Amino acid sequence: MSHPSSYVPKSGLARWLDTRLPLLRFANDTVTTFPTPRNLNFWYTFGGILTFCLGVQIVSGIVLAMHYVPNSDLAFDSVESIMRDVNYGWLLRYIHMNGASMFFLAVYIHMFRGLYYGSYKAPREILWILGVVIFVVMIATAFLGYVLPWGQMSFWAATVITNLFSSFDQIVPHLGTAITTWLWGGFGVSDATLNRFYSLHYLLPFVIAGLVGLHIWALHVPGNNNPLGIDVKGPQDTVPFHPYYTIKDLFYLSLFVIVFAVFVFEYPNLLGHPDNYVQANPLVTPPDIVPEWYFLPFYAMLRSIPQKLIGVLVLFGSMLTLVFIPWLDTSKVRSARFRPIFKWLFWILVLDGIALGYCGSQSVEANLPGTEFPLVWVARLGTIYYYVFFWLLMPLVGLFERPLRLPDSIAKSVLGSGAPQSAPQPAE
Amino acid sequence: MAGTFRLRLALAALVGMTGVAWAQSTEPALPPKSVAWSFQGPFGRYDVASLQRGFQVYKEVCSACHSLNLVSFHALAEPGGPGFTDAQMKAIAASYKIPADPNDKGDLFDASGTRLTRPGTPADHFPAPFANEQAARAANNGALPPDQSVLVKAREGGSNYLYSICSGYGQKPAAGFKVMSGKYYNPYFTGWNISMPPPITDNSVTYADGTKATVDQECHDITTFLSWAAEPTMDERKHLGFEVILFLLLFSGLCFLSYRRIWRNMH
Repeated sequence: MSHPSSYVPKSGLARWLDTRLPLLRFANDTVTTFPTPRNLNFWYTFGGILTFCLGVQIVSGIVLAMHYVPNSDLAFDSVESIMRDVNYGWLLRYIHMNGASMFFLAVYIHMFRGLYYGSYKAPREILWILGVVIFVVMIATAFLGYVLPWGQMSFWAATVITNLFSSFDQIVPHLGTAITTWLWGGFGVSDATLNRFYSLHYLLPFVIAGLVGLHIWALHVPGNNNPLGIDVKGPQDTVPFHPYYTIKDLFYLSLFVIVFAVFVFEYPNLLGHPDNYVQANPLVTPPDIVPEWYFLPFYAMLRSIPQKLIGVLVLFGSMLTLVFIPWLDTSKVRSARFRPIFKWLFWILVLDGIALGYCGSQSVEANLPGTEFPLVWVARLGTIYYYVFFWLLMPLVGLFERPLRLPDSIAKSVLGSGAPQSAPQPAE
Repeated sequence: MAGTFRLRLALAALVGMTGVAWAQSTEPALPPKSVAWSFQGPFGRYDVASLQRGFQVYKEVCSACHSLNLVSFHALAEPGGPGFTDAQMKAIAASYKIPADPNDKGDLFDASGTRLTRPGTPADHFPAPFANEQAARAANNGALPPDQSVLVKAREGGSNYLYSICSGYGQKPAAGFKVMSGKYYNPYFTGWNISMPPPITDNSVTYADGTKATVDQECHDITTFLSWAAEPTMDERKHLGFEVILFLLLFSGLCFLSYRRIWRNMH
């Protein structure tokens, strides 16, 4: 949270710098002494993990860009040349490829955490909205990047996704076609498309980095929310960020990197699609066009609607919905821990996301395993629940639900009533 | 997406006529056979003897129709590969004829109209059996033999799938199933009609190391070789991965102890 600066320059040089560019003061106030609620749990470590993921993607991506050739005749072979001929090229590429999956895994956990603990509620609305913007730019970046290896899935994903815009023809005749032609730089996905996608794929991560800066700035004004969802009432409720949260974040980051490493070194292609090892061929359509796993829930929503324009609007609307959450939730209580009804609806939403993801991964004609029930209807119900959750249940439950009694303070909840702050205590 | 779907149908019809068999029929393929590979699991490594035998099968059988465009000769002598010595690798490279650059007079063809060639060098990639896709289709009844460089990674089921295709011939078709003219029955292939004739028979090759060249053995060896061709850095990857993960486990342990120590009075 915003707090008076406690920085005291220790040397002449530091004093000199402090009156010109107070970098050390800034670092001290935002990282070292920043007062952080003392009760943040495991789920709060994903902010740091996400910053790490962004750094990994940017660094590995910059080196890959030194070897990659954005030309529709050469792109596929240049990726294979990175895999075979560049020193540790295979490592860079597998890190970058699986890094995208790790990034999305972390961002989904981070978002669901924010949703569970009510981290979007006043005074953190802008913090949340910036997060949604980052998420949308991440989606764009990941999609653009997936096109670059110029495999079959790259090509056909680009075709399907850019064609979403052609549905706007149904709003204004020729509008959609004009947009897709403009996006492609031609009359189909082609060399021009690949080149501009590459250019944008290099640009957007830096846009994300800028947005992350704003996101952290917006976090540092009200300070962190916490699992109790109650405000910090005084210094007894907080600890300095360093060393308490630097070490905690580092420990969980290290565990996260183990999972990351298992994918990179043992199962590097598990999350990919075999068809992307076939060079793009505009004349051969893959039997099933499947996006990466992190887009599957949205893909399922899109496919569940038979009318193309409505499907596209439902897809875009599902992301736009997230922007309004701070005002859709009418409850005065932040944390779902004290919201007996909302808690259950939240977990149903998590399951709904997983179910939609499963639907998206299967073919359009598939049935629910062991039944005659078409999966597309599961996806329809899932889509309905998604919208109903945010636009109907969230506002209503906040009005009718009787929340549990909130603890008096973070310190009391952590230490027990009246416990002196410094005395050793058994684990909570 | 009705438009896209119609486009796909039209494309599938078009493609079906030009001989890409998986678009022709919807008979689902049998699940691939489950084979024990030396390179499975975190500690699995390529079997060098099998790689060398597999290379022989590629050279003497597959390469008649299938290219290996992404693989360079020098890879044959690199660690984690078939383990040829530099001299052996250079001899292998030199035994291939590579289309030459223009000679001093600027000619690409000799007096009789034959393309000038030169012996391969370690930096060259395996030359393709056909000059272009059209030539390959013309020679193969309209079908295109896929490049084998990353074939293992480009098919669902990977090594098991390739092995199953290779060894999946010679079964009696289900009653009522019609094998199309110019095609062969292989139930591990979607549609069951495959354009590739049975590539391997007993003793298709005579192994230098005396191994008995059964269909099973040859398919096992060629699949091992093609698995390496698709992922030549696997040994290095798994080796480094073991060290990285071991380090991370120790590092996490130290982080955990620091974390407990720093927080010990805080709750």
